[in-house]
Amino acid sequence: MKIADLHTSAVSLVKEALEKAKKYASHNIFISLNEDEALKKAAEIDQKIQNGEKVGRLAGVPYALKDNFLSKQGNTTAASKILSNLRSPIDSTTVAKLEAEGAIMIGRTNLDAFAHGSSTENSFFGPTHNAKDFERVAGGSSGGSAAAVALDIVPFATGTDTGGSIRQPASFNGVYGLKPTYGTISRYGVVAMASSTDVIGFFTQNPEDLDLLMSITSGQDEKDLTSLPDYYNETVVEAGAKKRIGVIKDFDNENVAPEIREGLKSQIEKLKADGHEIVELSMPVLKYALAVYYVVVPAEVASNLSRYDGIRYGYRSSEVHNIEEVFGLSRNDGFMPENKRRIMIGNFVLSSGFYDAYYLKAQKVRTLIIKAYAEAFEKCDYILTPVSPSPAFKLGEKVNDPVAMYLEDVMSVPINLAGLPSLAIPVNRDKDELPVGLQLIGPRRSDKNLLQFTKENFV
Amino acid sequence: MSENSAYEITIGIECHVQLATKTKLFSEVDNDARGKEPNSCVSPVEYALPGMLPRLNEEAVRLATRAGLALNSNINLTSRFDRKHYFYPDSPKGYQITQMYQPIIGPGFVELPNGTKIRIEHAHLEGDAGKLTHFDTYSLVDLNRADTPLIEIVSMPDIHSKEDARDYCKELWRILTFAGVTYGDLYNGNMRFDVNISLAKKGSTELGTRAEIKNLNSFRSVEMAVEYEYHRQKKLLDNGEKIVQETRGWNDNTGKTTSQRSKEEANDYRYMPEPDIPPIHLTEEYVEAERAKLVRLPADYRAMLRVVIPEEQLEILLDHQNLVESLAELKSAYDADGIEKEITKNAIQKISNLYTSVLLAEENSSLLNDELPTTMQIRELAEMINKNELSSTSVKEVFLRFFDPNMHHKSAREIAKELNLLQENDLGALSDIVDQVLADPACAQAVADFKAGSEKVIGFLVGQVMKASKGKANPAIAQKLLREKLQ
Repeated sequence: MKIADLHTSAVSLVKEALEKAKKYASHNIFISLNEDEALKKAAEIDQKIQNGEKVGRLAGVPYALKDNFLSKQGNTTAASKILSNLRSPIDSTTVAKLEAEGAIMIGRTNLDAFAHGSSTENSFFGPTHNAKDFERVAGGSSGGSAAAVALDIVPFATGTDTGGSIRQPASFNGVYGLKPTYGTISRYGVVAMASSTDVIGFFTQNPEDLDLLMSITSGQDEKDLTSLPDYYNETVVEAGAKKRIGVIKDFDNENVAPEIREGLKSQIEKLKADGHEIVELSMPVLKYALAVYYVVVPAEVASNLSRYDGIRYGYRSSEVHNIEEVFGLSRNDGFMPENKRRIMIGNFVLSSGFYDAYYLKAQKVRTLIIKAYAEAFEKCDYILTPVSPSPAFKLGEKVNDPVAMYLEDVMSVPINLAGLPSLAIPVNRDKDELPVGLQLIGPRRSDKNLLQFTKENFV
Repeated sequence: MSENSAYEITIGIECHVQLATKTKLFSEVDNDARGKEPNSCVSPVEYALPGMLPRLNEEAVRLATRAGLALNSNINLTSRFDRKHYFYPDSPKGYQITQMYQPIIGPGFVELPNGTKIRIEHAHLEGDAGKLTHFDTYSLVDLNRADTPLIEIVSMPDIHSKEDARDYCKELWRILTFAGVTYGDLYNGNMRFDVNISLAKKGSTELGTRAEIKNLNSFRSVEMAVEYEYHRQKKLLDNGEKIVQETRGWNDNTGKTTSQRSKEEANDYRYMPEPDIPPIHLTEEYVEAERAKLVRLPADYRAMLRVVIPEEQLEILLDHQNLVESLAELKSAYDADGIEKEITKNAIQKISNLYTSVLLAEENSSLLNDELPTTMQIRELAEMINKNELSSTSVKEVFLRFFDPNMHHKSAREIAKELNLLQENDLGALSDIVDQVLADPACAQAVADFKAGSEKVIGFLVGQVMKASKGKANPAIAQKLLREKLQ
């Protein structure tokens, strides 16, 4: 069901969504539900409709908010202990834009604390279960949002993607997940993970809804200096275009699960049959992307998490005797082990004497990665790759092996480093097996035509 | 710091200057916290709510550009921000946003009144920290000052005396207040100085180990701290001990510096490029437009007024931009009219004397903030003084009336007429009065004494003329007439 086809009353849409959220409570999708506020807003919208007043493009549409977006409704926890009691005085730009169009937030979804993780197991509130297989992870970090859309609780949910956090859970749960071009949607009011790679995006059941959400939330925000002028709504749509599709041969190896390689192959055949050209790409520099990512991102993470110090808001340890203990113990108790791991890596690579060898070097390789994509996009229009090397893994399977967990991101992080748009597309979700997603990557600012191409060729 | 000491002192100064912007460096919040409740000039950006991103105050960039030009510096057309990390309750983000790698202001210099050039290494934009107040068992945080825009001006170690250290700070203050970069309120911490001091054997090519005295907020404390450190370090060196590289604090009450933190305890700030603020890109046109808007700076006033005002007096006047500007305007007016050098000099000196003796006198300090008389008003006053049309007390009287709300729009002559202060310079009229006095029987004795050779009675006779003229006679002319008539 597309958003445009929802015609029942706001109250009944919201009620239905809340009922479903409760029905799937054991999946641990929501950190908190926004029942009273949501129903109140729904009644207001129904009243407006009854009065013949103008309502927005998302009037009465229930949605789920990843719990790292600030909203005045309920607490913003980032799935952490240190922010478990934070009530925001402001709305993030995305929330403000969605609600101005009449969307109604029914609850806040689970994530890896501060979006650090690929399985939603690093949450202070416990893991989220996969929508299609309860024994498996929902992926991460936006696991709750992906499962909420996959279980049809809501037609859309917000996500953030720093290294794959939208695309990988979308792929694991069999829904669409768009990571837009860096800067397309304002980051204002979203708990920062890594400022230079964080993007805001969405989960939906179809590309049409993604297009609608993008047209609403794209655009320059004076509160985010890295946000781009609205190119999305200015894009000329290329209907029915035949395109050159790049496939990266470096990713076609035995580390990628057979069903994913098969999925990619059959999709390539289909595209070929439809008259598109397939271009084989060699991008050896991508093998450094994960290493670069785990230098640059932890550095920014360590920096962005410095503000959580127990002084002005959030959790403060009660065992403290001096200012060092206020900082040290509050942070020690308030962060999850994965948060602390990244803070330590980040502070290490930034420390005096190591900066040049790690951080600066990583930034140089990052420039090479950006260049490699620019060259690739001279040879092709889009690139099609798997999202991750394997489908959803079992809960607990990788939780004690951080490196194995990091390897989950090997095919998603290069796109963040380059700031490119990438759409996770569920390709075999009708089969009776685990969902598998592919990602279609485009040059910067090609988001709208990426969706257009997907509508025409993948649905 | 005697001339024949075995040591040479070397000083470098970092000066933090709060910029005179309406709003904070990274948000739209009011930057003027004077007289306001603690934590009332604070937005979620300053208290570092999650998800908050810095905006960039364009006015701060403009003032930094202007400061750079006033410091004879190159403006870097591309500059960037970096994060400097440390945990402290006055730093809500856990880092300060500063410019470590590519500052906006490049190398420049400041010329001291004695001609010494102090090179500027660079100056960068950054946000100020909040303020802590400590009590017995707790401390309070006030973030009103957090992210107030600052520039930090870093000098080269070109200073070698406490006097030059003081003069450098003072000259910075003058330059930056004249240029409108800062309000320069030292009492409220608008400018704060960190002074790096080291001693080395005279003739040595290497600098000694330095101590940094942090957070000095007056020119006098800079001078005193340098003096104290010189003696402290000299004593250690004389005793064969080593200087420890450390940060020291200055106590105004005890007049001493005390150790705060050694190099080993120093923070590793883990600098990182600020990913939330794109680089600042300025154009040549932008910089040149700012240059064109620059007002006269202390060096300009010295160049203009040195020829007409004694150096010592000029330096005193240079603490007051409005006074030197007024005198410079007066000078320009004379120059424009091609007035002879000596006449110009004479007139300007008359006015500068009035400024120093009247406006800089304690009892008139409030007038300094008032609007000064116009060039036309003081020019006429100077000419009336030169023509002896006013007695010295009347000069002051007329001058003060320029600040009187009822008269400030009137010309010097109008005021003098209205107050009946014009001196009687008319020889004919005065001659009659002199004749009257000489004919007065009460003066007969004095006239006789004078003729007998008593010089001192001339004063009595002048006094009588003044009395008869009701104070309007020009005493010099009166005396001249008396002598002529008594010969």
